[in-house]
Amino acid sequence: MQTAKLKRTSLYVSGASPINMIQAAFYNEDCLVYDLEDSVPASEKDAARLLVYNTVRYHRPANKYVIIRVNGIYSEYIDEDLEAAVRANPDAIRIPKVEYKEEVIRICQRITEIETAAGMEVGKIEVWCNIESYLGLINAYDIATADPRVVALALGAEDFTASMKSHRTKEGLEIFYARNALLTACRHAGVEAIDAVFSDINDVEGLKEDTALTRNLGFDGKTCVHPRQIDVVNSFFTPSQKEIKYALRVLQAVEEGKLQKKGAVTLDGSMIDKPMELRARTTLAQAEAAGINVGEELL
Amino acid sequence: MINAVGRELPEKIGSYVVKPYAGPSQKIEAEQTVCSRRKPSKRAVAETKLMPDLKAAIQACGLRDGMTISFHHSFREGDHIVGQVLSTIKELGIRGLRFAPSAVVNIKNPSIVDFVKDGTIDRIQASGIRGELGDAVVEGLELAEPVILRPHGARPHAIETGELSIDVAFIGASAADDFGNCTGQVGPNACGSLGYSFIDATCAEKVVVITDNLVPYPCVPISISQMYVDYVVKVDQIGDSAKIGAGAARRTKNPRDLLIAQRAADVMAASRLFKDGYSFQTGAGAISIACTDFLAEHTEKAGIQASYALGGMTANIVEMHKKGLVRTLLCSQSFDAVAARAIVDSPNIIEIDNSMYANMFNKSCALDKLNFGVLGALEIDVDFNINILTGSNGEMMSGIGGGPDVADGADISIVTLPIVRGRIPSVVNKVFTCCTPGSSVAVVVTEAGIALNPKHKSYEMLKEDLQKAGIKTVSIEDLLETAYSLTGVPKPIETTDKITCIVEYRDGTVIDVIRQIKRD
Repeated sequence: MQTAKLKRTSLYVSGASPINMIQAAFYNEDCLVYDLEDSVPASEKDAARLLVYNTVRYHRPANKYVIIRVNGIYSEYIDEDLEAAVRANPDAIRIPKVEYKEEVIRICQRITEIETAAGMEVGKIEVWCNIESYLGLINAYDIATADPRVVALALGAEDFTASMKSHRTKEGLEIFYARNALLTACRHAGVEAIDAVFSDINDVEGLKEDTALTRNLGFDGKTCVHPRQIDVVNSFFTPSQKEIKYALRVLQAVEEGKLQKKGAVTLDGSMIDKPMELRARTTLAQAEAAGINVGEELL
Repeated sequence: MINAVGRELPEKIGSYVVKPYAGPSQKIEAEQTVCSRRKPSKRAVAETKLMPDLKAAIQACGLRDGMTISFHHSFREGDHIVGQVLSTIKELGIRGLRFAPSAVVNIKNPSIVDFVKDGTIDRIQASGIRGELGDAVVEGLELAEPVILRPHGARPHAIETGELSIDVAFIGASAADDFGNCTGQVGPNACGSLGYSFIDATCAEKVVVITDNLVPYPCVPISISQMYVDYVVKVDQIGDSAKIGAGAARRTKNPRDLLIAQRAADVMAASRLFKDGYSFQTGAGAISIACTDFLAEHTEKAGIQASYALGGMTANIVEMHKKGLVRTLLCSQSFDAVAARAIVDSPNIIEIDNSMYANMFNKSCALDKLNFGVLGALEIDVDFNINILTGSNGEMMSGIGGGPDVADGADISIVTLPIVRGRIPSVVNKVFTCCTPGSSVAVVVTEAGIALNPKHKSYEMLKEDLQKAGIKTVSIEDLLETAYSLTGVPKPIETTDKITCIVEYRDGTVIDVIRQIKRD
């Protein structure tokens, strides 16, 4: 049975830091992002690529959604990055600074070529697109629907505000529109929406306020800049009793529909589609992750 | 012969007769009375105890070749007393001394190694010989006999049985009067509790108090009484206050250490023993300090109060006390300036004798009532044995401290450590040096998981409590596999046959020895 993988928290770890790569596997983040881009100096790109490849291929952390962030689409590193990243077989590849759907199409084609050459299952590796400019935001829906591999868009607030000539603040009013626009595009495209980082790792109260907004707006998760942020962010993605009960009802209806061999299943007069079922499973997985016993029969 | 933790030991090491460790808490009933070298002495009213300098005091004590001298280590790496005393002894031409401080911290100027090399010292007994001296010893520094390393609770026992008989105790104090009443709680170089020195004061033949802060009679408070003190010396400086402990230790920002600390506190809070009146000892390492903070949060949230905190005190334990989260602090050592100066401010922060803290041969000790003890470790093995002394190359990394005492005394002993340090695994198949037997370790907490010891007395209770709280556990073998998968299996450290250190357990038996490291 298909299960929903949690994406509440995504932790970046530099491919240039073996110690941090070892330790990152032990924190409570749902998604572990091995980074080849910003955190890796130019002189370390080759070494980091090899290290990340070996780590993901041979020492892949259990129970994590594993992502590799490659260098920019127009950088000199992208070809070698993709070659190594695809062959490492992560859950997803995260593409920075995406602005046009054609970029996504081109990257996804290249991933398919590498998968085919390597004898890997074609189409299994998912793609996350980082939206880090006003152009990317304007084209967010097209990017999200450019290829079936695309499962999530993630807002990169620092570069986005730079492209807008706005100033980054803790309150985040300058990215309020971008958050909503990204969410709208993601919801329409049926992909997940990941919110931007809260940069001040020493401001726990600020992180709580920011994550409350993340959650209330409707994001599926948030990128974390430091391991200390993970538990705080995770705690905001604990579903309410009402949400848990509704999710259980959705899955119960799906199960009953299967038993009765019904093609379409309804609940309270509305048809349950695949995204609704996945959302219900995500809700229950979030509850389980928060230590709430929801019963195992429907998970 | 093989002892109860599987270590091969000779029957004798020089003149030292080996009593092998035979299992948990081997209480040996002694026929003899407690030994003390203290003699009744009537002092003429006009006679002064105040000596003009260290040289005069040492001469007045009658220190001779081959005798035993002691110190406390409460000034930590800021200590200037050991160096001044040993330099004066060297000037006097006295040689072949047995050096028996409560611990040797890493004092570099002057070097203790140099006092061994020039013959001033030829034997050493302590709870640890961290730093330059320790490294030199495991590399084969020439001594008349192997170093004897004992946990804090075993030192007073060794003194009271006469195994460690002290001729002259040198006690550094941050304030003292001319009759020898003294304390570590006040003065510019306050170090807090003088808990390690009580046994030296009562049992040594001669006692010299050394201070840089001579106060009018009587010194207040009085930690060590004039009735035990033979001589008082005022020196220019007893220590470097910045190194003694400049302020409250800062909470670590290392996310790995915070994760381990949080998990250790969660284990305590999940236990049924975590209730109003519980007791704890958390210690002073980076993980321990953070663990105290998390324990305070749990205590506050539960709306309960601990009855006492034990052992070495830190600023954040004092903070817990001020917030009413722990009623009493039984302080055998003060780890920072805040803790050092807190004793005089509260009647419920009590300076205690190190023997009252941890000596299992007392009619009772404070550890006997302890619920939770948090310990650090360099290595732990699949039998839960702990190494707190030697590092991956066999180098002397730390002292035994009170770890074996706490593990044995506490209802639930919690070992906290990362599974790897750099490229070195901390969870191993067999520890290089066994300091604490695995049978006394209840649980090990790492960033890669929490493992319960199925052979510990609290296993069933703790297993049930953690399950109830939804805290997942793994086996120690799982942790070993994770560690080795990251680092590979380390090559065993090669040694010669020469025994450089004898590691005693809290009951005075030998739990292990450290052999000289073989170098290419």
